[in-house]
Amino acid sequence: MEKRNNYKAWLYLAPALILMAVFTFFPLVNTIIVSFIENYNSAYGFNAEVGERVVNTGFTFKNYGVVLGITPRNPSTGVLDKTFLSFTGPSALGNTLMITFITVPISVVIALVISIALNQIKVLKKFFQTVFFMPYVTNIIAVGMVFSIIFSTNGIFNAMLKSNTNWINVGASYWNSMLILFVYIIWNALPYKILIFLSGLQNIDKQYYDAAKIDGASAFKVARKVTIPLLSPQILYITITSFIGAFKEYTAIVGLFNRSYTADGNVPDLFTVVYYIYDKLNSTDQVQYASAAAVILFIIIMLITLVQMKVAKKRVHY
Amino acid sequence: MKQVNVNTTHLNLVIPGRRKDVLSTQKRDKVMKIIALVLTYSFIVLMALIVIFPFFYMIIGSFMLEEDVISGKLWPTTGSFFENIHYNYTETLKRFDYFKYVGNTLIVGVSTTAGCLFITILSAFAFSRLHFKGREVLFTIFLATMMIPGEMMVITNYITMNNLGLIPIKGQTAIQAFTVMILPFLSSVFYIYLLRQNFLQIPNELYFSSKVDGKSDWQYLWKVMVPLAAPTLITITILSLIGSWNAYVWPNTAVKNDNYWLISVAMRGTALEIEDPLQPQVFKIQNSWTMVASTLTVLPLLILFIIFRKYIMKGTGRAGIKG
Repeated sequence: MEKRNNYKAWLYLAPALILMAVFTFFPLVNTIIVSFIENYNSAYGFNAEVGERVVNTGFTFKNYGVVLGITPRNPSTGVLDKTFLSFTGPSALGNTLMITFITVPISVVIALVISIALNQIKVLKKFFQTVFFMPYVTNIIAVGMVFSIIFSTNGIFNAMLKSNTNWINVGASYWNSMLILFVYIIWNALPYKILIFLSGLQNIDKQYYDAAKIDGASAFKVARKVTIPLLSPQILYITITSFIGAFKEYTAIVGLFNRSYTADGNVPDLFTVVYYIYDKLNSTDQVQYASAAAVILFIIIMLITLVQMKVAKKRVHY
Repeated sequence: MKQVNVNTTHLNLVIPGRRKDVLSTQKRDKVMKIIALVLTYSFIVLMALIVIFPFFYMIIGSFMLEEDVISGKLWPTTGSFFENIHYNYTETLKRFDYFKYVGNTLIVGVSTTAGCLFITILSAFAFSRLHFKGREVLFTIFLATMMIPGEMMVITNYITMNNLGLIPIKGQTAIQAFTVMILPFLSSVFYIYLLRQNFLQIPNELYFSSKVDGKSDWQYLWKVMVPLAAPTLITITILSLIGSWNAYVWPNTAVKNDNYWLISVAMRGTALEIEDPLQPQVFKIQNSWTMVASTLTVLPLLILFIIFRKYIMKGTGRAGIKG
């Protein structure tokens, strides 16, 4: 019986396993390998001659050097590519870190306040819950384009403020563009957080609140001493997933700004890590750099997760 | 409380030192409660207005003539309302082949969802009901893949598909384009996880009694478990359809023929512009038409959301419970 079940189970799992092997497990290994291949070209074997060039010339750490702006891509010119990492100006990694460390805390706090407020009311609660969840199901590209019109120089936002600040149109300053990007990302990030927080709040035993009431605790104190500690599992979960999500930010930028143009003319100063990866993937002879950047992203995400798991062990109340 | 005055008609508590009794405290509490409630509601309404404003403006903007949109009007001030709508929508649909893109998106969405449901049901059954060596280890490995950034996979999947000749720069056929868009998304660890959790809740007794009835595992899965897990399957269906509707990154990378664009890709890729009557060859992007295209792209989603709100919110919320 046990044995028959054994082979049958693998039959049931076969379609998923085959697909996962081809599209998940193999890519994971392959992308890591590609990130170490010099002059990578997927169509040829090692040391193949393609026209004037020799491709797949061996294993190297250089691809990482090129991505991090330490090694020149073309040794004869010696030009370093600072798009991914730069200490003097905007870079893909810098932008991504900024997006993560600014939008995640702000959206968590706003979502928490909205959820606590929603949990206090009875009339129209379901209605407001639905309204707050709406941005979750919308098309991030289409709404991004709507945002770009709202915040355009002649748009309704400036009309309401009676100003003519250039927020995101051609020639806008880096910080203005970033600010609108933050607003859009936060707007987009709220619904999921509110959903999770509210379901967490509804599971908190009413007894805790009754006890706090008898002790005469203020609303602020109740939030700080009762609600937030009891909600800590959800807060931790949301923080981890939003850190990972924010690190992979890409479509919000495509929606808000166009693919090819960024705030300061054509300089790619609003790149993010994932934007960089797709940019490199689209040019055929730079796939190895896309892979190296993806591996760096993978390592960063693993580190974030590990650190937060550690914090969770100490701080999270269950 | 040293001093308590007992009255036969009603009890009145007096707190010495302060000129307060229970009645005034209760009254004050009631006023405070009303103030708090008013503040809470005002805050919620304000935030709700901010959240909803882009949708409102998107739809209103699609009713406006261009000069109103680019001068930041909140409401159409020029033209007649119905003529504006007619003009904007017909002009946009001339340039933005909406129904073709919706068709493409539905082909991808429906095939991906159908395939995904079948594969998810089989895998969730194996992970929840069948016993085999290494089950827990394999399931943990599956779950662990959810943490890996998708870009790691996208790069190699692009290489694989390209080497199979499915992504030619010119003349990509329908079969090539749809294969590329559907195949990598037929198996989803998240849906397998969702359904497995649901299958685990189905009591063992049902399994044994169906065994006694002489049903095979296969029959038990489709006749008993699948109907019982219908709500989760509906959730998966809707989430998967929404996923296809909003898919951008992969279809944009892997589809080179704009005949097979999905709606989001087409939305960003279509030029909604008009030739300047005063300067020929100079084209101006029409924001009002962008609003029309956005409305056409977002509205079906909002309608789907309003109808299936319960399933969508439950399904998305489920992931968080495990924490």
